[in-house]
Amino acid sequence: MVALEKKRELTEARLATLPAPLSSGWTAPARAAAASRLAEMGLPLPRDEYWRFTKPADLNAAEPPRSEPKDESGETPIYDGIEALNIVFRDGVYDADASDALELEGVEISLLSQSGVADIHWARDLYGTLEADAQTPVARPFAALNTAHATEGVLVRVTGKPARPICLRYEHASADSDPILHHVIKVEEGAELTFLEAGSPGARFNTVLEADIADTGVLHHVRAQGRDTARRSNCHDLARLGRESVFKSFTSTLNGALTRNEHIVWFTGDDAVAHVAGAAIGDGKTAPFHHDDTVFVTHDAVNCESRQVFKKVLKNGAVGVFQGKILVQPGAQKTDGYQISQALLLDEDSQFLAKPELEIYADDVACSHGSTTGAIDEDMLFYLRARGIPNRRAQDLLVLAFVAETLEEIEDPKISESLLLRLEHWLERHAG
Amino acid sequence: MLEIKNLHVKLEEEDKAILKGVNLTVEPGKVHAIMGPNGSGKSTLSYVLSGRDGYEVTDGEVSLGGEDVLELEPEERAAAGIFLAFQYPVEIPGVGNMTFLRTAVNSQRKARGEDEMSAAEFLKVIREKAKELKIDADMLKRPVNVGFSGGEKKRNEILQMAMLEPKMCILDETDSGLDVDAMKLVAQGVNALRSEDRGFLVITHYQRLLDHIKPDVVHIMANGRIIATGGPELALEVEENGYADILKEHA
Ligand SMILES: Nc1ncnc2c1ncn2[C@@H]1O[C@H](COP(=O)(O)OP(=O)(O)O)[C@@H](O)[C@H]1O
Ligand SMILES: [Mg+2]
Repeated sequence: MVALEKKRELTEARLATLPAPLSSGWTAPARAAAASRLAEMGLPLPRDEYWRFTKPADLNAAEPPRSEPKDESGETPIYDGIEALNIVFRDGVYDADASDALELEGVEISLLSQSGVADIHWARDLYGTLEADAQTPVARPFAALNTAHATEGVLVRVTGKPARPICLRYEHASADSDPILHHVIKVEEGAELTFLEAGSPGARFNTVLEADIADTGVLHHVRAQGRDTARRSNCHDLARLGRESVFKSFTSTLNGALTRNEHIVWFTGDDAVAHVAGAAIGDGKTAPFHHDDTVFVTHDAVNCESRQVFKKVLKNGAVGVFQGKILVQPGAQKTDGYQISQALLLDEDSQFLAKPELEIYADDVACSHGSTTGAIDEDMLFYLRARGIPNRRAQDLLVLAFVAETLEEIEDPKISESLLLRLEHWLERHAG
Repeated sequence: MLEIKNLHVKLEEEDKAILKGVNLTVEPGKVHAIMGPNGSGKSTLSYVLSGRDGYEVTDGEVSLGGEDVLELEPEERAAAGIFLAFQYPVEIPGVGNMTFLRTAVNSQRKARGEDEMSAAEFLKVIREKAKELKIDADMLKRPVNVGFSGGEKKRNEILQMAMLEPKMCILDETDSGLDVDAMKLVAQGVNALRSEDRGFLVITHYQRLLDHIKPDVVHIMANGRIIATGGPELALEVEENGYADILKEHA
């Protein structure tokens, strides 16, 4: 087959610039398995159904397209005022001096690069397994590539309720850095963690988060993706939920030439809750902006609640994509599935492409989905202006109002306020 | 204060003339009422005065305190002192009522080169004024007009007017959809703002509101023109006989 041939070539070219997967240490078997998965499926072609709206070329390229780091010095750091255990990665490399000691009551933290040959049983049992599960029914080649070739990441086992969140702070310094990061989080029964991420890991980056949440465990995940305008990224967040567990994940994206965030959630125990949400704002004026949220939620347990709220604000030729699927397996009765994706187009050059899907094999479920695309409401705008609020500011208020709904998905109001502030500042800079 | 001379307005999108030569002068301290059948152009007049898109002024002038109004953006008109209490106040999900009002007050102050109101001062003032209008703290916290009843929306308009202290208040059917108690509250709110340097243009379909807000001058508008002007007795005449007689008289 020509397509397969093409994929093989692409994959070989991409792998040519990467060192071979580690062949020693406890990750070796998982890496080898992922490498053969990747070899079999190959990297995506634009004609692949799952990549219809997002061109994979920049992600496939052997060398990353250049992306200058954004100088954010002098700005209020994100999550300012939130006491966290900070772990810093510069272009994907752990910076011990800039990081806090990896010690926090209620969690065990280690680094993928430093765990070496010491066998970490819980991580060995998890590393690459959710990624492997996520390959059906849809291939996710960049996730397999990640498992095989990741050079760094955090391994976090949560056994209690740590007093502080863990925050990964990414710094992007080199215009051609291309980090592959693989994080593994295991939340044990009744344990609870807030896991934050901030910034661009590199010029191009590929991240995987595998989160296994045991019965009654809780994981809050909030990510602010960096503002570098030319960066390219493909991120996979994979979460498996046990009975009565909670997973809430929120991603805010400002800028970025190419962002593809894949969110994959499995309900395996009854009465669990997963909320996945995101806000993206892009201005295509000086650099392209393409933002893709691809979601796959599988309900395979009784009485679970899934909720997806994604909003995008697009201007000057920015493109937004949403592919969202809720799959309800036979027997997953009392499933409560809700999905909404909305775009606010600030001009006629911008576009939003949405493909919401429901696939339901149980009869006693309540699932709904919706997708809307619209412009700023003229009546609202006039009402604000008639009260003396200048046009610019009135539009910003309406944009913020539009995205604010997604921020409500974040549990901690201090965190959502810090993200709101960044949105406000972005709007001020991108006036007109 | 407000001077409207020979105002002709058509719809921007189609060739439909709506105002066909309106002349009206509201002096400072005076309350003028405009009555008229549905579709006569009352709301259009209020929108054109406040600067809404979609209308084209084909002839005539509007000035406020001698300044040409038609050249100004809606926010500039607001800062200059024009306030429109909307016939249909707009719901704005996601924008808190307080944030909205404080942004409005301070935008206007900034535009006029005045000091902004501090958060503490604003809170104190709005609480006082809200209380008078029986607007509770919960309503102030909610998004603008979202989930408000018809009466609450109208009271919220009057609260905005009280906070913004405009020179020229235009009220478009603020009485519609109000029960007697709500109307009394609204009228009290308006009367509290009456002063020597403030003008009012009260648009209403019914005479009822004018029992509570006593007008100095009453105009009857029909088919895009003011066809009759008189004292409060004109409103009573409409109340008793309807518009038919007046329309016939001026046909
Ligand atoms: N945007 C518009 N599009 C179409 N017709 C309009 C528009 N605005 C006003 N009109 C028409 O102009 C006339 C006057 O309307 P309006 O000013 O609302 O009257 P009133 O407030 O006195 O009831 C009506 O015939 C109405 O249908
Ligand atoms: Mg009207």
